[in-house]
Amino acid sequence: MALSAPDTRFVKEPNRMIEVRNLWKSFGSQPVLRGTSLRIERGEAVVVIGRSGGGKSVLLKHLIALLQADQGEVLIEGQNLCQLNERQLLSVRRKFGMLFQTAALFDSLTVYENVSFVLRRERKQTEGEIRRLVAEALEMVELPGIEEKKPAELSGGMRKRVGLARAIVYRPEIVLYDEPTTGLDPIAGARIDSLIRRVWQQLHVTSVAVTHDMASAKRISDRILMLHEGVIYADARTPEILNSTDPIVYNFVHGIPTHKPAANTTAAPFSPDI
Amino acid sequence: MLLTLLNQRLRNFLDQLGELAQLVGEAGRSLRHQRPSWRDFIDQLYFVGVKSQSVVITTGAATGMVLCAQTYFQFHKVKMDTATGAVVSVGMSSELGPVLAGLMLTARVGAAMAAELGTMKVTEQIDALRTLATHPVDYLVVPRLLATVVAGPLLTAEAIIVGIAASYMVGVNLLGIEGAYYLAYINRYTEPQDVLIGLIKATWFGGLIAMVSCHKGLTCPQGAEGVGRATTEAVVAASITILISNFFLTLLLTRLFN
Ligand SMILES: Nc1ncnc2c1ncn2[C@@H]1O[C@H](COP(=O)(O)OP(=O)(O)O)[C@@H](O)[C@H]1O
Ligand SMILES: [Mg+2]
Repeated sequence: MALSAPDTRFVKEPNRMIEVRNLWKSFGSQPVLRGTSLRIERGEAVVVIGRSGGGKSVLLKHLIALLQADQGEVLIEGQNLCQLNERQLLSVRRKFGMLFQTAALFDSLTVYENVSFVLRRERKQTEGEIRRLVAEALEMVELPGIEEKKPAELSGGMRKRVGLARAIVYRPEIVLYDEPTTGLDPIAGARIDSLIRRVWQQLHVTSVAVTHDMASAKRISDRILMLHEGVIYADARTPEILNSTDPIVYNFVHGIPTHKPAANTTAAPFSPDI
Repeated sequence: MLLTLLNQRLRNFLDQLGELAQLVGEAGRSLRHQRPSWRDFIDQLYFVGVKSQSVVITTGAATGMVLCAQTYFQFHKVKMDTATGAVVSVGMSSELGPVLAGLMLTARVGAAMAAELGTMKVTEQIDALRTLATHPVDYLVVPRLLATVVAGPLLTAEAIIVGIAASYMVGVNLLGIEGAYYLAYINRYTEPQDVLIGLIKATWFGGLIAMVSCHKGLTCPQGAEGVGRATTEAVVAASITILISNFFLTLLLTRLFN
């Protein structure tokens, strides 16, 4: 058909939700992302694992353009975010919901005002419909009837669930999770994981989480990407990653320190270096 | 060594000025294209305007009183006691009213704005706002800017009136100046321009306080220490800018109106 190879940049991939090409990002003189590339299809449930401080949050924030890349491209449904200004980005961000590591609820607002934030600013529904949608979202995260509470009155796990309700109430296509279980006790963590799974199944979203918690990664992903030294080092279906014999992947999955321990200390087996 | 340090400082200052200009531009764009939220504006107006009353009234009264006493002590030597009111009234209207109200607003309102936005920044609430398809300038900066621009001149007018009233009490009741003369001199020497200059300055100071404080908050460095620093820098930067721009405004506006 064509004499030369088709330019892949202009081939429309109908199911390609997110594509990152050769992303570079440094803070000062410290390089964090060094040519990261990845692809995520519509409806996938993907987890990015990697060491703390390895740049997982930085990568996630690039997907929704909270950070600007030094070099490289981020495409959402084929649209290059790097060419848009902050105001043009607003409509792209409407496709996203994001749950922050600390939930990042607006602490001057009530739970209802937090969860209804987008809907009330858009004014497309009546106040009654918004009330119903908020109640539904709170129901989904198993916190019905707490509309009038302030974030300060809630526990860490509850705050994250309210954060999740705020992220899904306006029916985004992509939900991003930054360390959804970090800082929670195992029970609260497992509960968040099952909610993430439920949101993925019931709302048919594309789900992208970053975490260093392998137990959580197992539960909420079909596919795992490992971010290591600023690039995607491994990319495979979850069972393959869990059974990988690659030393770097294996050590991370099993929590084995890779650096040489100091001569006079012995690493405690129950406290992997996080 | 010293030169590189100065160079660094200067570049830093110019960078900040550039960022501030961008923020002002963005606020302008937002005002042109976006309908500001009335509720947020009213909330801010309440915080800036209503809650600053006691500070502004106290400042206005104290300044009027001391200005009256000091002017009287000097004028009394040359037997011009009755002219005291004119000095107080002109001074309060075009200089001390707006500048002192501006400085008090900086301390009370500017510091609070920088601390609030700074805390939101370090707790990722600003990022959360952006993920919720909301521009931080639309939601946070514009209502604050409108509130200080509206409240600035109103509070200044209040400070001027209270200051002159307090000076009347001191001058007439305490120092024994004839009341009718005191008022007559105020009337004769205070031009409408003096008050207008004061209110124009107050509007400018109001906008300046909101923009500088919001900028410092939105660019707050990480951590509790960062919030503290942003707050201090906002107060220092806004106060100094008020004092310096006041001088140039006096020259410019006086020339313009006379
Ligand atoms: N806004 C920022 N300014 C400066 N450095 C940053 C910023 N955000 C992240 N970093 C640095 O980038 C590195 C990666 O951070 P992060 O993505 O948060 O790691 P993690 O994988 O634990 O989420 C860290 O060393 C951090 O200090
Ligand atoms: Mg992180």
